[in-house]
Amino acid sequence: MAVTDQAPPTPAPAPGPVPAHALTRPAEPRTPPPRVKRRPSELTRADLFTAGASAISALAGTWVVFARLTDGVGWFGFVVVAYLVFLVTFALVTTDRLGRLAGTDRVATVAVTSGALVLMVPLLWLVGYVVVKGLPALRLSFFTNDLSGIGATAKSTDGGGSHAIVGTLQQVGLALVFTVPLALACAVFLNETRSRFRRPVRIFVDAMSGLPSVVAGLFVFAVLIIPHADKQVLGWEVFGYNGLMASLALAMVMVPTVTRTVDVVLRLVPDGLRESGLALGASRAKVVWSVVLPTARSGITTAVVLGIARAVGETAPLLFTAFGLDLMNANPFDGPQDSLPLFVYKNVQKPAQASIDRGFAGALVLMVLVLVLFTIARIVGRDRSANARPSTVARLAGRIRSSRRRATDRSPSADRPLPTVRQEASRP
Amino acid sequence: MTDEPTRSDRVFLALTTTAGLSVLALLGLVGLFLLLRSQDAFDVAGWSFFTRVEWRTDTSPPEIGVLGLVSGTVIVALIAVAIAVPLGTCTALYITDYATPRLRTTLTSLVDLLAAIPSLLYGIWGFLFLGSQIVPISRFLARHLGWIPIFATEEDATFTGSMLIAGTVVSLMVLPIIASVAREVFSQAPPGEKEAALALGGTRWGMVRRVVLPYGKGGIIGGSMLGLGRALGETIAVSLLLPQVPELTVRILENGGATVSGFIARRAGGNDFTVSGLMAAGLVLFCMTLATNMVASVVIARSRSGAGLDS
Amino acid sequence: MTETTPPDTLTIDPVLDLTRAALAAGREPVATPASEGPPEISGGPTGGAASVEARDASAWFGDRLVLEGVDLLMPAGEVTALIGPSGCGKSTFLRLLNRMHELVPSASLGGEVLLDGEDIYRPGIRAQEVRLRVGMVFQKPNPFPALSIRDNVLAGLKLARLKCRDHDGLVEWALRRASLWNEVRDRLDAPGGALSGGQQQRLCIARALAVQPNVLLMDEPCSALDPTSTRRVEDTIAELRHQVTVVIVTHNMQQAHRVSDRCAFFLAQENQPGYVVEQGATTKMFDAPDDQRTLDYVQGRFG
Repeated sequence: MAVTDQAPPTPAPAPGPVPAHALTRPAEPRTPPPRVKRRPSELTRADLFTAGASAISALAGTWVVFARLTDGVGWFGFVVVAYLVFLVTFALVTTDRLGRLAGTDRVATVAVTSGALVLMVPLLWLVGYVVVKGLPALRLSFFTNDLSGIGATAKSTDGGGSHAIVGTLQQVGLALVFTVPLALACAVFLNETRSRFRRPVRIFVDAMSGLPSVVAGLFVFAVLIIPHADKQVLGWEVFGYNGLMASLALAMVMVPTVTRTVDVVLRLVPDGLRESGLALGASRAKVVWSVVLPTARSGITTAVVLGIARAVGETAPLLFTAFGLDLMNANPFDGPQDSLPLFVYKNVQKPAQASIDRGFAGALVLMVLVLVLFTIARIVGRDRSANARPSTVARLAGRIRSSRRRATDRSPSADRPLPTVRQEASRP
Repeated sequence: MTDEPTRSDRVFLALTTTAGLSVLALLGLVGLFLLLRSQDAFDVAGWSFFTRVEWRTDTSPPEIGVLGLVSGTVIVALIAVAIAVPLGTCTALYITDYATPRLRTTLTSLVDLLAAIPSLLYGIWGFLFLGSQIVPISRFLARHLGWIPIFATEEDATFTGSMLIAGTVVSLMVLPIIASVAREVFSQAPPGEKEAALALGGTRWGMVRRVVLPYGKGGIIGGSMLGLGRALGETIAVSLLLPQVPELTVRILENGGATVSGFIARRAGGNDFTVSGLMAAGLVLFCMTLATNMVASVVIARSRSGAGLDS
Repeated sequence: MTETTPPDTLTIDPVLDLTRAALAAGREPVATPASEGPPEISGGPTGGAASVEARDASAWFGDRLVLEGVDLLMPAGEVTALIGPSGCGKSTFLRLLNRMHELVPSASLGGEVLLDGEDIYRPGIRAQEVRLRVGMVFQKPNPFPALSIRDNVLAGLKLARLKCRDHDGLVEWALRRASLWNEVRDRLDAPGGALSGGQQQRLCIARALAVQPNVLLMDEPCSALDPTSTRRVEDTIAELRHQVTVVIVTHNMQQAHRVSDRCAFFLAQENQPGYVVEQGATTKMFDAPDDQRTLDYVQGRFG
């Protein structure tokens, strides 16, 4: 606990002769004693003891009530009730010990903390559950085989989900092709223009991000699949159940997610950058293209990756679009296709235990995929704050200048706005 | 700033405006097409579509109605929100006002991660694991508190596949939304007032109660509405967890219940008339979630006003 | 009327002397008679002004030492001004005195702070009790904007769950002490955010006084105010003298000269922790300081 400061700097001696004074600190540099650094803690040992004792008595009391007097509520109900009893016990004891004011504060601290902890429990539990259930059935062959010839009696390690993985990759990839330009343009519209439609568009984007994904599937189904299912293009049923339709539905889910995140990221680009770009004579489009978007690049990447993570796990829209298939279909433009979520959804509902296990293997792959995407998004997003400042500004100013090289006249004055840029950008 | 738009500026403006408006249009088209495709169902069922509980396509004429689905949807969503709001608020408060800075970033990431996990995984977890853990609670409540209407059950009722279980699982999906909205608003609570409350001799809880919570009230309400919207539309988990047989009941402990989205997912790939009925149900769901989300975003926007966001 | 220390024979600025004379003459009509005590509060701090003494007080943010070895006595019932250039640890020192420093997650401290001889950092003493005894007014006025003026004054009571029989009397007493009563007596239910900046700051003073603290800390209370409001806040400080111990951080030398009995001059070399160069009676510090740097600073030659 006692951390001594390494060589605390001493003040420089005062210039000129200094007369001594009773209350004045000696002017000659005194060698300071090693100073003890401390941080008062709100939590005392008595608090911990009270909490521990309350917990034990709550557990005991709850156990007596449920195990002896009634016929039990299962472990889950036991935990919930014991926790509530604990909270009440703790409240009574601390209030008695510290008075109502401090007692309430302690109880609130315990309640808020445990509320936050409760959030983490299902997360860890869920991840653990999927890993435990999915790992035994996961073999390398899962990534190479499809479900052709797999009957109800097959072992859980037979067959695989390669067709589902291929389907997911194709559908999400195609969805990205639709999503990224539209979402970027939409976010730019919201941030970099002064259209009076910005407000309604923002509201609608918000509303759309809450659109149930099953409705997105229904919509694609209603607009394209029902009327045009039989039409053939290049011999393919482009508007039937297929990967392309799935990707459209996924895009509808992704666009608002990505737009909203990019919108927030663009808002973080300092106005000074835009203004300096414009001051250098660049057009608005040029400023957006070579200043705003590059500055926000890592933020945009994060947004897109998070959008992918969202789309990868979507199941409901695929029921009406990709439909699902147990065999490999590597052509997303013709015929039903499977995907990982569909694979999981269908298999865990089958009666055979082997199918359920296979479904969990798929769920594990899906979860790892999502976790990896999420981690990538975090890592990319983190260096946004790290590398954003002056170096970026200088680079951008250089970029604008080089883009104006056509204007030939590179008099020294062209460099003049740079200090302004730096100053303005460092302000926020 | 620039007065004369150059050609590239005009192209830029046209492109971005098109993109923005196409999103606007898309949402309109969703409503329009759902309405068009549900024409058959509405022709047959008429206004009784909104008042009928059963959904039978085997009779002639088919008797389909959305009331049983809507009631189930609302009940499940309300259970989810009732569980998620206190927990989400606690989490948000813990992150903004209790945790150390390092814990703060970690917890924020974990909340985001909770939101990133596909609902399908929550669904299978609830379907194959959590549901059976809740059954004893349901049994206990039914036996000892059965006189309360929502806890009433039939004799020898099955307790799996109940709306309570579905609501609990959905609450996990709604939690991160509520937590992150509330966290954002709480973190904007004016530091000067928080300091003042502490300097006056208030405890941390006093500061939270007198400054942070009143300031963040709009965030909690808005976040809850947003969560409600998400819960109403939650599909896959609910389709796994509930039997999806439409009925009008408030008995949340026993097997039974259906939600619009879960029902649609279960009936995917039916005949033309079924599809038309599903479109009609989808339209109802669309309107419900849209209305909830609109109200939510207005409430949140208002609670954030003055925070420096434009428009 | 509280008595004011008679102006010393010092003349730096004639205007200054006029102000002091005005204060001494008791020209402020809004003052409540000192004989009329405040309504009784149960559970709050007891007994008038308390002395504050820092012994070898140091403060860190993370590993950075920002304040080193401050020994300073702030006698009961006197006004002590902390002066010095920006970033020399005055505010940090002030926040050490009512345990606000530790609210910064990375902050830590050393040494002792004695409130009437008792270390406020002793284990077993809660920060909340200390803050109840040592009130604080911040640089930027921070009333609770949504609460009414009345509720703002009573906020401390609610936060600390103190009981008072006579709420109205307490509100009036506190507002009078803060020289705000006459301006707001007719609109006590108006929101606190609707007042002007100067009024808001005096409302904050009234709010801090309502719990009847022993010490009042003021962190540049006038830096956001216009001269008229500044003057009124200074009047308030003059009146509070002898009833509470006032510690005020200020960048305004004339203000320090006008309001304080004692001064402490803080200084920090670049990237070095702050320390007290000199302390003593205000007259001495301004007239004949021992240290050349003090003289330079109070005469505005640097800082």
